[in-house]
Amino acid sequence: MTAEIIVVTSGKGGVGKTTTSASLATGLAMAGKKVAVIDFDVGLRNLDLIMGCERRVVYDFVNVVHGEATLKQSLIKDKRYDNLFVLAASQTRDKDALTQEGVEKVLDGLSEMDFDYIVCDSPAGIEKGAHLAMYFADHAVVVVNPEVSSVRDSDRILGLLASKTRRAEKGEGPVTQHLLLTRYNPARVAIGEMLSVKDVEEILGIDVVGVIPESENVLTASNNGIPVIVDTKSLAGQAYSDSVARILGEERPLRFVEVPKKGFLQRVFGG
Amino acid sequence: MGILDFLKRKPEATASVARERLRIIVAQERSTRGAPDYLPMMRNELLEVIKKYVHVDLEAININFERDSGHEILELSVTLPDGKPAAKGATQTG
Repeated sequence: MTAEIIVVTSGKGGVGKTTTSASLATGLAMAGKKVAVIDFDVGLRNLDLIMGCERRVVYDFVNVVHGEATLKQSLIKDKRYDNLFVLAASQTRDKDALTQEGVEKVLDGLSEMDFDYIVCDSPAGIEKGAHLAMYFADHAVVVVNPEVSSVRDSDRILGLLASKTRRAEKGEGPVTQHLLLTRYNPARVAIGEMLSVKDVEEILGIDVVGVIPESENVLTASNNGIPVIVDTKSLAGQAYSDSVARILGEERPLRFVEVPKKGFLQRVFGG
Repeated sequence: MGILDFLKRKPEATASVARERLRIIVAQERSTRGAPDYLPMMRNELLEVIKKYVHVDLEAININFERDSGHEILELSVTLPDGKPAAKGATQTG
């Protein structure tokens, strides 16, 4: 059984790729899958911080690619779920440190270790790191914000997924595309200030797999080094849980896309 | 809606502007997707040649690249301006 490879990508930076990678990987682990999440952003390591394992990084992705450490030595076991592992990006090497053969070797190695899913956290842009993160993917989660530059960039990425991946080159069937709309603010959509779910779906020509509402819990979670999906009380966490379930094939209605009706107490105290 | 919301200036509904701009640019970028990298440069060089004879700007030149089963089609269209053509090539400036 080979591992399913999921790339989390977007083109534009700052839209929530790492937040999504962390929550997706954790969500899959919560569903009982054995999961590895790899940071492809060589030189700008960040996934370790979002996953809360930054002080336990000894060896990284580039060390494994260069044969300086084994996969087993480099995988950092998550402190909450023992079927979840993080492979950190190198902080010091230049971005040419990754090669297609090297990445393939690591992914094959993880498959042999009986991982069910490998989540690849892509760097921003469409350069080498982003290309390598998507090249071997079976699934892609394209993270998009309801904002012009992000939507345009994700269209570009959807085009690359359809042409510049191993599946596309070898004619092995397309990479499954999942569009994830993050930083969504239903109140601003309601007054015509922000692109709606429907707008984004129509422009890009694909349906969303989930909508993550803009939420202060995302910052709180990253401050604490806990993927927001673990915070099951937060709307963003619940929206990520729904999205992971949909990626696993479950059908769930979209939530948190309408302006919430606030009760009296919420109006007074906020909520 | 609280009373303060009511008093606040009504925001402009800019999402529809964003939607229309995106529709156009996404469609345009999709039409040249997978096309050779030299297309934009070729478009500029063609413009220089055409300009010698007719006053047109870059938007007047449309390059469409299509891949059909087995063969590739490069379609080029130039929208000529209304009215008389520009002065003869050699004397043209700018």
